[in-house]
Amino acid sequence: MAFRTEPITVNFGPQHPSTHGVFRMRVTFDGEVIVDMEPVFGYLHRGSEKLAEERTYTQVITLTDRLDYVASMSNNLAYVLAVEKLCGINPPERAQYIRVIMAELVRIASHLMGLGFLLNDLGAFATPLMYMFREREKIMDLFEMVCGARITFSYMRIGGVAEDLPPEFYPAMTRFLKEMPGYIDEYEALLRENEILLARTKNVGILQPDKAINGSVSGPNLRGSGVPWDLRRADPYEIYDRFEFDLPLGKVGDTYDRFLVRLEEMRQSVRILNQAMEQIPKGPVRASVPMLVRPPIGDAYAHVEAPKGELGFYVVSDNSIAPYRCKIRSPSFINLTVLRDMVLGWKLADMIVIFGSLDVNMGEVDR
Amino acid sequence: MYGIGIAKGMLVTIKHLFRRTFTVQYPEERLKVYPRYRGQEFVWYEERCTGCATCAKYCPLGIIKIVTHPVGNPAEGFDYYVDVFDIEIARCMFCGLCVEACPYDALFMGTHYEMASYTRQKLVINVDQLKKAKKQPSAFMRPHLLDVKYEEDTSLTPERAGRMWQGRWAGGEKPAPQAPKTEE
Amino acid sequence: MDWVYDLFPKLHAAIEGWLRSILPPSIESAGVYIVMGVLSAFLLINVPLILVMVLIYMERRLLGRFQHRLGPNRVGWQGTLQVIADGIKLLTKEDIIPANVDRWVYNLAPVLFAIPVLLVFAVVPFGEEIYLTDLNIGILYIVALTATSTIFVFMAGWASNNKYSLIGAMRSVAQLISYEVPLVLSIVGVVLVVGSLSMREIVDKQSIPFILLQPLGFLVFIVAVSAELNRSPFDLLEAESELVTGYHIEYSGMKFGMFYLVEYIAGLAYSAVITTLFLGGWKGPILPQYVWFVAKVLLVFAVLIWIRATLPRVRIDQIMGFAWKFLFPLALINIFITALEVLLWPEGFPAWLVVVNLGVALGLLVVMQVLFRFPGATRHVVPQALVGRG
Ligand code: SF4
Ligand code: SF4
Repeated sequence: MAFRTEPITVNFGPQHPSTHGVFRMRVTFDGEVIVDMEPVFGYLHRGSEKLAEERTYTQVITLTDRLDYVASMSNNLAYVLAVEKLCGINPPERAQYIRVIMAELVRIASHLMGLGFLLNDLGAFATPLMYMFREREKIMDLFEMVCGARITFSYMRIGGVAEDLPPEFYPAMTRFLKEMPGYIDEYEALLRENEILLARTKNVGILQPDKAINGSVSGPNLRGSGVPWDLRRADPYEIYDRFEFDLPLGKVGDTYDRFLVRLEEMRQSVRILNQAMEQIPKGPVRASVPMLVRPPIGDAYAHVEAPKGELGFYVVSDNSIAPYRCKIRSPSFINLTVLRDMVLGWKLADMIVIFGSLDVNMGEVDR
Repeated sequence: MYGIGIAKGMLVTIKHLFRRTFTVQYPEERLKVYPRYRGQEFVWYEERCTGCATCAKYCPLGIIKIVTHPVGNPAEGFDYYVDVFDIEIARCMFCGLCVEACPYDALFMGTHYEMASYTRQKLVINVDQLKKAKKQPSAFMRPHLLDVKYEEDTSLTPERAGRMWQGRWAGGEKPAPQAPKTEE
Repeated sequence: MDWVYDLFPKLHAAIEGWLRSILPPSIESAGVYIVMGVLSAFLLINVPLILVMVLIYMERRLLGRFQHRLGPNRVGWQGTLQVIADGIKLLTKEDIIPANVDRWVYNLAPVLFAIPVLLVFAVVPFGEEIYLTDLNIGILYIVALTATSTIFVFMAGWASNNKYSLIGAMRSVAQLISYEVPLVLSIVGVVLVVGSLSMREIVDKQSIPFILLQPLGFLVFIVAVSAELNRSPFDLLEAESELVTGYHIEYSGMKFGMFYLVEYIAGLAYSAVITTLFLGGWKGPILPQYVWFVAKVLLVFAVLIWIRATLPRVRIDQIMGFAWKFLFPLALINIFITALEVLLWPEGFPAWLVVVNLGVALGLLVVMQVLFRFPGATRHVVPQALVGRG
């Protein structure tokens, strides 16, 4: 006997516990199998690019905080790099080290959150999330020492960073670097070999390398598919060429690989941080740049390897105090373009996990 | 064998049962904020403020409203008496750019974080509140304050709060600001 | 202190004697019967409810500790009154009935849902002489009753007229019915050893707890129970991160409270069953029997909490595969082995059998590693005709 069944359409989000903000997916199910999926963007659109045209160059830094709000330091960094390129400013060496330290710390923080929410989407009832927030909290403390804020840092300035590292930063940082590898081991012990996790993530949501490249995917998602592309290596901005670190690569490109790559990247970040804390020179942290910069007419594009992928700022100047145009290439948005391909044919539960494994941030997607 | 991975994870969770918890019981226990903390209550010293409105200009949101009127002798150059100094902290994002911009060390970020209120009107700090408020400025952009330890009732003097005094009144006394003359 | 040990039988006798003394002889036996019945029913409904409050509090605190935080500790000493506060909150909340629900079914579901799990306690022996009735088919009665809860879950899911709840309800039907099978089969092992279906006799015959004699049966049973209870890792009906809360998504106020409560009553009921079947029920030295019983129940529930705090959720096809391809054969093998043992040693088992059984259980887990694979990668080919029909 054959039943005639109808596909049902469900609106996932924008208010849904695992859409990582306000993402909406219009999904058509045949039973539990996804036959169609259409992402709907824009619930968090704040017009950052347009707002940037009405702020002075320094003021735009505060806007970049709100793109990927779990990794604001990287956003600050990408933006100030673009403006420095535009004006031809060279920040002092110490400032560059501080920037790298901040960027790597924020990478750990962002990966912690990404992994925590991925495991939460898998149904691990907040336990890994709680553990990871505990460590993220320590990173937030470090940021609070340095710049006084815990989420919206606004720490980098054109030509350097706002202020030098305070004295209490060094012992706290040393302690953090000593403890962190142990915690990462603990996360691994918690779930890495778990049979249920393996069954849920292995070979699920495979992103083939060619598809990833065609879709302009970047960051851990791309490396999870086995493509050795990292802007810290490929186009070493700042002083990344002075550090030794490995690029963790996935083999299959499934959810599990993306999980492992993020886990391993945290280890590598700790490694970079260790080297940076050793090498950091003394000196000024800020080139003498006025608060009101007036770059020459021209344009510049600068990109960094943000935790989520390649984050780029394209700034056009018309020699006024505000950018003529400020285009943001946000990795989360572009990574999302492959989502539909990845989830078709999988089940409802897989869709949530695949979406979680892409680790997008809606603040960045909608800008 | 099935179950080894699960057992490993279960061991990790049971270990946490016997560790001290990481959370803080907020109203009773408070974490100390770091000196550079960009807190809610702005600290403003009327003695140091010239009414130049640089802070207002640098605020990305334009939420500082300053109204001044000139006092003193025009021949020696005016001083400005600040009539209105409204900071609408409901919209403030505590970026600190105003503090960074202030050339006379008159404006500071605060070190407190409890200003919740039921109405938006209450979240506009006006000049009287700023004058009366306890002055516990944060060290953000003011490195000379990094080592100040605040007690419950400390209130920094304008001299201590500022850096080396190189303003207009470096030599002499600053004339006391006059209250605005109301015409009757 | 002797009165502590046989508190309940003494109480029973005292009340009965008092009733007989005041009732006229004509209605004496009927009156005693009715009053004692009402009293026992009152106790049987309320004692579990009080225990459930303990369970909820325990779950929240323990989960907190497992997650390296504190859990509720504000209302009352160490948060002990939190559950009551929550109850008051739920009672005073607005009861929203969405516009397009099937009103009768929608309103009936939470009420009916509570009945079968409460009835379970009628046959649970809290102590040697503390039980309402000793049905000779006790365990069968429990299994049959709890199986009905599927219907009420489906009623709730269907009547809510919500897609999430419908998907949750569909899952519940598939999952709960599949897990009935290993659940019942794993009990058969115990029943074979005891030779009776009566809960009291099962406890009586446990000279050593059956968890030692029947490790395989225990494993299958506890897994099937957590599936029946919708507890992690089998909480697909509610699947917070997928279906928000699944079948009771549209319920608010005390109707939601009923679902919440009944889930915990079911948790209590099954913990009691596990205690009875595998942990020796009320047996234990020194302490009064009912204390032992409650302690064991709490221990079982703590293990369930521990599992919940650690494991991620399995997927719907995996959960079905797990029931039919993993638990089902294991349960059958368990029956087979047990039957063999009962045949070989009809007079009672030698002690070394404990080790043998444990070895067999572990060995089977290794074997299953080879034989059973979680269906991991099953990407469906989407028929082209369906694509884009959303
Ligand atoms: S902290 Fe930033 S937003 Fe707030 S008043 Fe100052 S400049 Fe404006
Ligand atoms: S606070 Fe500073 S910047 Fe603002 S008006 Fe006064 S002196 Fe000028």
